[in-house]
Formats: sequence, C-alpha cells, structure tokens
Amino acid sequence: MLLIDCPWCGARAESEFSYGGEAGIVRPADPDALSDAEWADYLFFRKNPRGVHEELWNHAQGCRRWFGVERDTVTYRIARSFVLADGPAGEGG
Amino acid sequence: MKKYSAFSLVRNALSHNTKWPQAWRKPKPRRRYDALVVGGGGHGLATAYYLAKEHGMRNIAVLEKGWIGGGNTGRNTTIVRSNYLWTEAALLYEKSMQLWEGLSQELNYNVMFSQRGVYNLGHTLQDMRDIERRVGANRLNGIDAEVVGPEEIKKAIPLINTSDDARYPILGASLQRRGGVARHDAVAWGFARAADRLGVDIIEQCEVTGIRREGNKVTGVETSRGTIEAPRVGVVVAGNAGVLAGMAGLRLPVESHPLQAFVSEPLKPVLDTVVMSGAVHGYISQSDKGELVIGAGIDAYLGYGQRGSFPTIEHTMEAILELFPALSRVRMLRLWGGIVDVCPDACPIIGKTDIDGLYFNCGWGTGGFKATPGSGWVFAHTIARDAPHELNAPFSLERFVTGALIDEHGAAAVAH
Repeated sequence: MLLIDCPWCGARAESEFSYGGEAGIVRPADPDALSDAEWADYLFFRKNPRGVHEELWNHAQGCRRWFGVERDTVTYRIARSFVLADGPAGEGG
Repeated sequence: MKKYSAFSLVRNALSHNTKWPQAWRKPKPRRRYDALVVGGGGHGLATAYYLAKEHGMRNIAVLEKGWIGGGNTGRNTTIVRSNYLWTEAALLYEKSMQLWEGLSQELNYNVMFSQRGVYNLGHTLQDMRDIERRVGANRLNGIDAEVVGPEEIKKAIPLINTSDDARYPILGASLQRRGGVARHDAVAWGFARAADRLGVDIIEQCEVTGIRREGNKVTGVETSRGTIEAPRVGVVVAGNAGVLAGMAGLRLPVESHPLQAFVSEPLKPVLDTVVMSGAVHGYISQSDKGELVIGAGIDAYLGYGQRGSFPTIEHTMEAILELFPALSRVRMLRLWGGIVDVCPDACPIIGKTDIDGLYFNCGWGTGGFKATPGSGWVFAHTIARDAPHELNAPFSLERFVTGALIDEHGAAAVAH
C-alpha cells in the first residue's frame, strides 16, 4: 500500500486516490498546427521511465484535488508531492 | 537431443530418471549471428523456433537476462482464447489458437493444452448486447463462439452463483469451447528445447545493455556478456520494451504496469472450465494440481517492481467471491506480479521500426500468453522477410500516427 502525501490533507492510504498518468503533459496551444506525428506524441506516447516518474494523482475520496507526485517506478518509493501550480521540475504544469 | 516418447519414459523410469539429457544446451555467445532475439520468454523462444523452422535461419540466438520462462511467461494465468471483437485481432489470436492445437506434437513436448472452454460472463443488458455482437463477429471470422444463458452456465459450473439476488446477477455468457489453458512453464521449455534442437543458441544470464547502430542500421547489441554482432535484432521483452526502445533512441506508446496473479491452496476438482468476468473483473480456472488460478486487473499506476498493491488484491478477491461465494474460506497460497506493457488500444505492436534491422514485438498488455505461438510465428516472418505478415501488418507502430487503432479496450471480452 502506498502512503501518498496529499498537499492539502496530508498522508493517506493509496486506496483514497486515483492515478492520473504522467505529469507535465501540456495541451497543444495551437491544435490546428499540429502534424499527425505530433498529435500521436501528445495523445499516446509517454516517458514510461524505469526509475523516477512525475505523475498526477487525484485525492478522489478526500478533497478531490489534483496534485503531482514524484515516485520511483521500481522501488515505488515516493520522494515528494507537489502542487501543480508550482509545476513539475523544469516543466510547466 | 533425444526425442521424447512413451518408450523414453519407460527407459528413463528404469534408470530412476537419472539419465534424462539436458533439454537445451548452455552455449557461450558467439561473436556474430545472423539474427538475435532479445528476450527469452515464450514469445521470444517461439520467434526463434519459427525463424529456424519456417525460415531456415539456424545461426541465431535468444538473449535472456534472467532464466527461461522467469518473466511474464511464468507469471500469467495461462488462459488461451481467440474470441476478440475486431477482425485484425481475432485473426491474429485465431492463428495462435490453431498453432496451440498442434503444439505438443509440433514441439515433442507436452504443453498440457487443455481446451476446457472459456466463459465470458455478462452481468448487465449492455454486457449481453456486447456479447451477442462479439459472438456474431467471431462467427463471421470463423471462430467458434456461442451465447449461453444462466441455466446452461449453472449446469456447467455448479459452484457459480447465478441467483437473481446477486449484486451483479449473471445474465448469460459467451462460450468459446476451443478456449482453455496450457501449462505456461512447459510452453517456454518446449519452445526452448525445440529451438535448441534446430541449432538456436539460447543464452541465459545475458542482459542487453545497449543497441549498436551504424547510421540507421542495427549492427548488434551490447550485453553483460560482451558485444554480439547481428544485422537483425528482434526485441520481445514484455515489461521492459520501453527501456529497450530507449536504448535505440525510440519512443513507444506503451506504459508498464504490474499485473498480479494468485493461486489458492489445492482443492478437490471444483471447476473444469475457465470463467472470466469483465464487469466484476476477475478470472479463474483450476490447475491440474487443484489450485485455483486467479487474476484480475492491472495496478493503476506505472510500475516495474514485479509486485502490486493491496487494494488490487482485495478487489480481485471481491470479484471472485461475487461469482463464487462458496470459495470464501479458501486461502491463497501465493501471489505475484508481472510487468505488462499496455498500449493505448490494448493491442500489441509487432513490426519494423524506423531503424533498419530492428524489430519490436511488445505491448501485449494483459493478454500475451494466449498469443505465444502466433506472436512468434508472425514475428519470425517479419524478421526473416524484413516485412510484416498480413496478419501482423495492422499492428504496426505507425497506427498511432495514422489513427488506425484496433480498439480492443473493453471489446475483447474482458476489460484490460
């Protein structure tokens, strides 16, 4: 069981949360200008790293707010949670 | 390598089973091969076998980072069926089914393929409409399928709860009688032994750490046992496809998740078929040893850890008890996780890449075991001819750019 630190509610059991996939994916600002390959990249292609992953979680059974978590995908260890307004490291949230 | 037969069983019994020969050699890697298969699971070994047998490529090797059958091949719930909705997927899995039907004889190895039938339950009116549609689609593709009602289900599976007051009442099911189970370890060992007999080098404890290229052409791989040259490299590494693709500078539309499976303590025979339910989301069969073999959905988050989380375990048990309340006192003996590469459309990627001589076979998600022989058969064709077979042509990586997805998510009898 993961213990996930909600920035607003504190540490809670994994079963209170739902997973939202990779963090930091930015919706295209000008969708009409995108090529098919760029659309594919936006819709389907993910980093899927074996190691540190920045991902979205929703506190579905609590405050129902979205936030980011940095977690290792091999050890499952959670390094930190972050508020999306602050953005994942190096990218706009 | 001696052929297995009733005679060899008797002869070896008389010598107290101390003189069985090694099933496959343990060769040192050569410096150069005509082709390499990365990944010694069922799919990789099947690829090597069909490369040697159908395409005459004998100077090839399978590279496995651990041991044969130690990954997803030995971690699945062994269900075999071909009742997929869409024609592309149905034909691919049906090719596999046809290979399963002769596999023990073909490999001279008993893979214990047992066509005991697969029931896919429907619990709502919409489930039943989807089942009717899928059964119709299967029949048009020449795949055996029928719709059965609750009485028929209860007759075939006395243990199941078909009462009206169940929270998710069973309204009917699709039944594929040719579906069933096979012994997954035997599939890996059988393919390994048969490939070895054709001269394929199976190299265990050999982890690929890099893919060598010259310009846009593959020239070989770096491994934990040194550099191995080859003009063609086929990658079949469930769970780690994205990692291998990264070594070649490619991105894949796959995400890796843990998928857990369970076996119970051994029971007397109580279930002689396979039962799956998409709505309560669990599946169950009984092994010849008497253990109930149970599986359900993936863990929601990304994971490479080959273990899953407790909420998923609880959910799986709830699903099985919804169908079989009588099993509530059965204890689980073991549980484990395998890492599955899930594609956005729940169909695999089998084909060429932008790099000459580099081929990928991945993204089988939660349902790769049933496809083992067929996957190897089409992938061998793809590598040997440098072009996909018509059965796997729709499963190209390009489909994510062109939009020609094969959407088996939810269509393929269970939710993925």
